[in-house]
Amino acid sequence: MKKMTINGIVARVEDHWTVLEACRFYGIDVPTLCHHEGLSPGGICRLCVVEIGKGKRTKLVTSCNYPVEDGLVVRTHSERAIRDRKMLVELLLARCPSSKTLQDLAAKMGVQRVRFKVKDEKCILCGLCVRMCEEQMDAKAIGFAGRGKERRVTPPFDIKSDVCRNCGACMYICPVCQLRCQGPEPPSVVCGACLNVEPVCLQDNEDVMCYLDTCGWCYKVKKKT
Amino acid sequence: MDEDKIDKIIEEHRTDKSELIPILQDVQAEYNWLPQDTLKHIAKRLEVPLTDVFGIATFYKSFSLKPRGKHLVRVCLGTACHVRGGPRILETAERILSIKADETTADYKFTLESVNCLGCCALGPVMVVDKEYYGKLPPTKVGKILRKYGYTSSSSGKGGET
Amino acid sequence: MRKIKSPSDLEKLKQEILAKRDPQKTRIAICAGTGCLALGARKVITTFKEELKKWGLENEVEIRETGCPGFCEKGTIVVIYPEGIYYLQVQPGDVPEIVEKTLIEEKLVERLLYTDPVTNEIAIHEDEIPFYKHQMRLLIGNNIKVDPKNIDDYVALGGYRALAKALSEMTQEEVTEEVKRANLRGRGGGGFPAGRKWETSRNALEEPKYVIVNCDEGDPGAFMNRALMEGNPHSVIEGLIIGAYAIGSHEGFIYVREEYPLAVENTSIALEQAREYGLLGRDIMGSGFDFDVKIYRGAGAFISGESSALMSSLEGKVGAPQPKYVHTSVKGLWNKPSNLNNVETWANVPLIINTGADWFTSIGTEGSKGTKIFSLVGNVNNTGLVEVPLGITLREIIYNIGGGILNNKKFKAVQTGGPSGGCIPERFIDTAVDFDELTKLGSMMGSGGMIVMDEDTCMVDIAKYFIDFLVDESCGRCVPCREGLERMSEILTDICEGRGKEGDIELLEELSEVMKDTSMCGLGRTAPNPVLTTIHYFREEYDAHIKEKKCPAHVCKALIEYYIDAEKCTGCLACLKACPEGAIAGEKEKVHVINVEKCSKCGICYDTCKFDAVIIS
Repeated sequence: MKKMTINGIVARVEDHWTVLEACRFYGIDVPTLCHHEGLSPGGICRLCVVEIGKGKRTKLVTSCNYPVEDGLVVRTHSERAIRDRKMLVELLLARCPSSKTLQDLAAKMGVQRVRFKVKDEKCILCGLCVRMCEEQMDAKAIGFAGRGKERRVTPPFDIKSDVCRNCGACMYICPVCQLRCQGPEPPSVVCGACLNVEPVCLQDNEDVMCYLDTCGWCYKVKKKT
Repeated sequence: MDEDKIDKIIEEHRTDKSELIPILQDVQAEYNWLPQDTLKHIAKRLEVPLTDVFGIATFYKSFSLKPRGKHLVRVCLGTACHVRGGPRILETAERILSIKADETTADYKFTLESVNCLGCCALGPVMVVDKEYYGKLPPTKVGKILRKYGYTSSSSGKGGET
Repeated sequence: MRKIKSPSDLEKLKQEILAKRDPQKTRIAICAGTGCLALGARKVITTFKEELKKWGLENEVEIRETGCPGFCEKGTIVVIYPEGIYYLQVQPGDVPEIVEKTLIEEKLVERLLYTDPVTNEIAIHEDEIPFYKHQMRLLIGNNIKVDPKNIDDYVALGGYRALAKALSEMTQEEVTEEVKRANLRGRGGGGFPAGRKWETSRNALEEPKYVIVNCDEGDPGAFMNRALMEGNPHSVIEGLIIGAYAIGSHEGFIYVREEYPLAVENTSIALEQAREYGLLGRDIMGSGFDFDVKIYRGAGAFISGESSALMSSLEGKVGAPQPKYVHTSVKGLWNKPSNLNNVETWANVPLIINTGADWFTSIGTEGSKGTKIFSLVGNVNNTGLVEVPLGITLREIIYNIGGGILNNKKFKAVQTGGPSGGCIPERFIDTAVDFDELTKLGSMMGSGGMIVMDEDTCMVDIAKYFIDFLVDESCGRCVPCREGLERMSEILTDICEGRGKEGDIELLEELSEVMKDTSMCGLGRTAPNPVLTTIHYFREEYDAHIKEKKCPAHVCKALIEYYIDAEKCTGCLACLKACPEGAIAGEKEKVHVINVEKCSKCGICYDTCKFDAVIIS
């Protein structure tokens, strides 16, 4: 067992856990996109970043593949972590606005605008389908090709693969195609119809004051005054 | 595709999976590009999933999955060459051959590519044709060099894309 | 060739080689590095051979094709020994004169000697030439003395003596301690203390252990590794074997980028010759230590120079970084302890072992010891590789060694560290070149690229250039780097093409922070540096592009216009004929006019006009 601190809580964790597993065990919701419990860690979307360390020497690491350490100090909802996550979601939305998963994430995080030219890609290159096809279905029919902005998921030579068994697992696991939106309401590229709430407490604190979806700190303050 | 030739190359690399990239380099040296069949054969022989071979062949700039011309013209666009007019050399070559970078002329004589640094930074701008380097190149000399390798005005015009 | 079985055997071999060589014999050293070859060195060499035959001197005079001494601007370099007469910019046509005048008549061919542009003084020998005079050429100085394809040249200079000392007189701990004491910091960009890295691999429990030479040198503008690997591969190999001994590794790799075919060729030959002498393989120099090396060629990807990416490609996988949080010194190649260092770092090791850490630490600053080779390129008079003690100022490098700015233009900025570094403006030109000082300014030492920019450089264009380079080279796995770089490129392109708007700079800064925090590897984390430093130090240029839609340096094509000054135009038709778009109208002796619609702003007319009549606004 190892002992570490998560958001001020002293946490006892199993030796082989990742920081993400430790957070989830303690009920702290760190957003993820390319993560799935049944598959190897992705480390691709970077949404699960948490701030570790103390004082001036902190850094952000992806919690899905960072192993727990004795004495590690973790802050999951620091100002920096939230700012970074919001920008990552903004970048992803600009790439693929028709994904309900991304729109939901945007709403939850308070992303209210997209300041980049909007594309209409269907794939966010999270790699879940590739890992699914290889690790769970043992087929390896699809993989990554190209690099940089030409990177894409495709079967070899962009034609249907001989080893593909049409099992549909790739579609099942895909965060974009499993829940496809009709598309965001024009003229805005961000849907944000439902839960778009900016945590007010962040304006006065370096951390979000509670980890529930709807933050109640401001009410507490109002009550006091 | 000559299976025996490819098998020989694979055996020279001890049929070792970790030698996949050198094997691809040797096969490309043989054919001047990487035909689909060769990649399938390599995947089979090395027992590596075809998606992985395809992933590697499309990741690196030096591998070509389309046939290339007889002469490979590469213009350096590294920082030192950029500051000394490298893009102008590329534009000139594109204009003369009537193709863009990463394309091949219709008669398959020339393939034009850009490179991100050849290590001749003090001699910018630099162009390499096959194994010959040309440094301190003024745009006016590009045509002359291409003619040395058999360029004629009928050569220009797009052929296969690379 | 016989195997060297002990340190005294090595010394004997050295004496035998020296005995066969007459120090007074005339020797013509001609640089056969990639740079001089690009300027026609091959023909110079064959012409020398022909001329010597003509004069019947082929047995009396030795021709040696050497490694690159780094003054590539002035290639082809020819040095006549034993006098050390240093000829520059030699063309095949000059060769008969050199043979006749210098070899036969023992006179100098003055026009081929270095002439100071200001004082008109000529310099005959290497140490009189300002470019070389102010350098401290511990590593690269030997390049002009050795034929990389002949191991005997290296042995004759005392090569492999450090290896002999390490294997026979020092324990593995002592070697590691010496390198630690010397505070040798990685020369590839990271600046991490090499001795500590070695120690981590040494202490790791797993076997086997690997040592790797990183000759991927992807930073555009940097060619130090090329010169060392092609020009004196044994200096690197010797360092590698010493390191392998210290760490306990028996298998090494030399990863050379695909764009350096001559380095691959010369290193292969060097390895073969080292094996024949028993310096690689089993029971090296009779010490009982086994070690051998394999060469591996890159395939055209900048990112494959990153440590974990390089190891990935050695395993036959895609050469992209791994999202892992374990150091490669502990779990690297095939999950085993792997010590990767840059070419130049390895080349420093024999130096440290031969002369000791105390001497090494006497050079440099508190935090940065020893010398560093920089590639000084761009708008300076003398471009090439300069090796200087760390702590020297930027001003000394650019002006004393570089000879100042080309064409007497004004200095604007110097870019260090490649795409991971930043642009440093004039007011910091007296900064000492040191790992930490450069980092404080927002840049970094990186692999040693030093690009000098004059007043005609647009800093926004430079930022855009580096971002575009990285967009092409990013592996594309993680969101912040892949998406972030592409969006930065869009914003910078908009700014350069007149579509910049309020808020663009703030958005670039915000993107930069996120990329620095969350990118998976060093490429993404350091990619914002050129953008951030240019915004910080050259904010006025960005503002001019965005608010006034002007490019003060007259570079961004969409924001400039070419026109002809009617007062200066002589009607000579020169630009008209040169224009590739046919955009210039005019007749002989009548003022020419540029048709702005057709003008592609290629700049050919500006270069062609002898009367300065073409104006860019």
